[in-house]
Amino acid sequence: MSHDNHDNGIMKLTLDIWRQKDKQDTGRFVTYQVEANEHMSFLEMLDVLNQSLVVRGEEPVAFDSDCREGICGMCGFLINGEAHGPVRNATVCQLHMRHFSDGDRLRLEPWRAAAFPILKDLVVDRSALDRVIQAGGYISVRTGSAAEANGILVQKDASDRAMTAAACIGCGACVAACPNAAAALFTGAKVTHLGLLPQGQPERLERVLAMAEQGRDEGFGHCTMIGECAAVCPAHVPLEVISRMNKDFIKASFTVREAVAAGGGA
Amino acid sequence: MTMALDSKIPAGPLEKKWSDHKNHMRLVNPANKRKYKVIVVGTGLAGAACSASLGEMGYNVLSFCYQDSPRRAHSIAAQGGINAAKNYQNDGDSVFRLFYDTIKGGDFRAREANVYRLAEVSVNIIDQCVAQGVPFGREYGGTLANRSFGGAQVSRTFYARGQTGQQLLLGAYQALQRQIAAGTVKQRSRCEMQELVVIDGRARGIVTRDMVTGKIESHIADAVVLATGGYGNTFYLSTNAKGCNATAIWRAHRKGAYFANPCYTQIHPTCIPRSGEYQSKLTLMSESLRNDGRIWVPKKKGDNRPPNEIPEDERDYYLERVYPSFGNLAPRDVSSRQAKYACDDGRGVGPGGLGVYLDFADGIKRLGKKVIAERYGNLFEMYERIVGDDPYAVPMRIYPAVHYTMGGLWVDYNLQSSIPGLFVGGEANFSDHGANRLGASALMQGLADGYFVLPFTISDYLAGVKAGQGEVTAAAFVDAERDVKGRVEKLLGAKGDRSPDSFHRELGGIMWEECGMARSRESLTRALTKIPALRDEYWNRVKVVGVGDDLNQQLELAGRVGDFFELAELLCTDALAREESCGGHFRVEYQTPDGEAQRNDAEYAYVAAWEWKGSGQKPELHKEPLVYENIKLATRSYK
Repeated sequence: MSHDNHDNGIMKLTLDIWRQKDKQDTGRFVTYQVEANEHMSFLEMLDVLNQSLVVRGEEPVAFDSDCREGICGMCGFLINGEAHGPVRNATVCQLHMRHFSDGDRLRLEPWRAAAFPILKDLVVDRSALDRVIQAGGYISVRTGSAAEANGILVQKDASDRAMTAAACIGCGACVAACPNAAAALFTGAKVTHLGLLPQGQPERLERVLAMAEQGRDEGFGHCTMIGECAAVCPAHVPLEVISRMNKDFIKASFTVREAVAAGGGA
Repeated sequence: MTMALDSKIPAGPLEKKWSDHKNHMRLVNPANKRKYKVIVVGTGLAGAACSASLGEMGYNVLSFCYQDSPRRAHSIAAQGGINAAKNYQNDGDSVFRLFYDTIKGGDFRAREANVYRLAEVSVNIIDQCVAQGVPFGREYGGTLANRSFGGAQVSRTFYARGQTGQQLLLGAYQALQRQIAAGTVKQRSRCEMQELVVIDGRARGIVTRDMVTGKIESHIADAVVLATGGYGNTFYLSTNAKGCNATAIWRAHRKGAYFANPCYTQIHPTCIPRSGEYQSKLTLMSESLRNDGRIWVPKKKGDNRPPNEIPEDERDYYLERVYPSFGNLAPRDVSSRQAKYACDDGRGVGPGGLGVYLDFADGIKRLGKKVIAERYGNLFEMYERIVGDDPYAVPMRIYPAVHYTMGGLWVDYNLQSSIPGLFVGGEANFSDHGANRLGASALMQGLADGYFVLPFTISDYLAGVKAGQGEVTAAAFVDAERDVKGRVEKLLGAKGDRSPDSFHRELGGIMWEECGMARSRESLTRALTKIPALRDEYWNRVKVVGVGDDLNQQLELAGRVGDFFELAELLCTDALAREESCGGHFRVEYQTPDGEAQRNDAEYAYVAAWEWKGSGQKPELHKEPLVYENIKLATRSYK
């Protein structure tokens, strides 16, 4: 082991990590010491900690991750209160240790939101997001029933903006960062992606109402346009998707009420 | 019991096989469909597309994935695009050309009929995805855009920025969510298949472990589909996700499903090199970088000067030197091998000497920084985020990494394995890529299988069996559950001193050294001694902390590593038996005088399908001859 930590990129860190055995357990912070080097990713630093725990016969820290290249959306926790850590617009699997210094003390805790029950340590249940999509985050098209692709023309600009919204990776950082634990950026991203495309028009109004209602039922909070969500979003989903959703929501609310009043049903 | 390998390729002319076959398939009465249950394991492109389509048709589907949501399957990481023979660019593309390019790219080791069908349905895939709202790149007139990819002479690749896999997967995921809401599909996430159940010679269900509660459960169905991806993580370090594993296909193999061509593994030349012992996975950098980047190493061994201080005449631009006409654009397998030779020669760069430079200085000089930024800006950012170097100022360091596995469970033309009722789709089967996969073809195959092949062939199979027979209390389920619980107890009870991860890493090291980019009789023989020894050590020395009845990531890993050991051995056995070089399989004994892969069509133009004969027993090789009626075998050349 080298004594000159500064030059060889070796750093000693103190980690206060949330440990919670299961949903029922109340949970607590436990302090660990770990030696990392600056080339590691944050999750590789946790792998190293976990290997040392295994050898000592202690249970390693449970955390979710899969692709480890920032696209699957499986990883994510708070580092010193920040979703995915101190570097903006990247998932925690893409965060590297060179952004930290020898002697740092870091607090790691899971996403905190009523709609995301903690399963163990840093692992939470985000199935509420799946159910928001189930409520209407799709275009109803049966396999084999599609028309010739170039029969649908889409303005390049609309298509590009739809892609920007569709880039959401479903990690839940927006919910974790929001003081209201709202899922507005997540829901708005899907509403915007599909609402900008001609294919998404027939179900546009029903979609926004159903998805918003499901979000409320799941226990996500109400959006008050604070903007923390977009600030931490690793996929660069812009805040304007919430405005687009709100606009569609208001329009849909009137349209549906008028339809009901006219006896047409919702 | 040995069954004959019948590929069930329909008779008739190549271009009519699939449509004629579909016309003669049996149908299930609409009122009866809901009585049938189908299990689909995996929610990537093939799995999610298959589940959604079967659900729409009216079947009862049980869908499983090990991730916390079906949207996370590793199809999501594909960057480049998806091929389809639309000929929107009017550049002479056609179904036949896409078929031929795929067969040739696979070094003439794939079935003609399967590949033709793949090219044929490629056009339907694009229609389907557009209708779902996949935001493909567009022209200003509103039509779909295309790009050329992987050295193809036509522009047939459709893309959604650098996230094509993500967008196609989200399309399939959304179709799946719609069916979950409709009640036709029941989704079990964080639930991992541990065993296949076969009753009276037919696949009838699976045993799973709930990854949150640890509960071992049996699920019965009328057919089972495995769409669980490839086995690249046998090598430990690969571009696969951390959780990608071979347990589902390996358990099915042990229950009688033949494993085809396991030695066909693809090593991608442009990945970010490992930076240390703790490295957990490797990240791909798109192949497109080689269009404007030049690959080199120092001429002198052990030259550790910073790259910008090494003068031009002390650099070896080895691809340009060895392949003057293709240069830096030489195909994946060829480029990977040359990088290995340079590093083996002691001229590699970066930590451990396992890297080569990909230098953009000339590109920037020629085109300007702005153009380079427009073309590769997002990739440069990604590289800088991971490595911490600025590729505009310092050459990138890259090295090859295991990326994709062309081999997989053997399937017939209907994508049915050697166990009736067990179907296999996507990377998990062996069917369409031969010995090497072309860029932008994995997404095409996953969706072709899931949307346009499996729903038909499974219906045909179901029409021939009575729905809903049997109970999960049957002896075969009881036995399978007992086996699964036994393995869990064995792992938790081993009083060892080494973590599962440390064994996996060591196994990966053996595979990479002895069965990686260049294989030989000697290296494979060594591997076949080392692997069983390490496997025995594993079961004696592994240490799995925690308990079985809660969320235990060590236990999950330990089970997967146990299966990787057995698969690794089969992979090396297959590589040793295939005494030729083809595609991703390079045997140093079989090369042309100038170092290129030398196929042996007279003796090896067959699919090697291996049958499990029991632990410690030699597997039995069954050969399915590859018959080419529509094309002539040719030699690939890139000089």
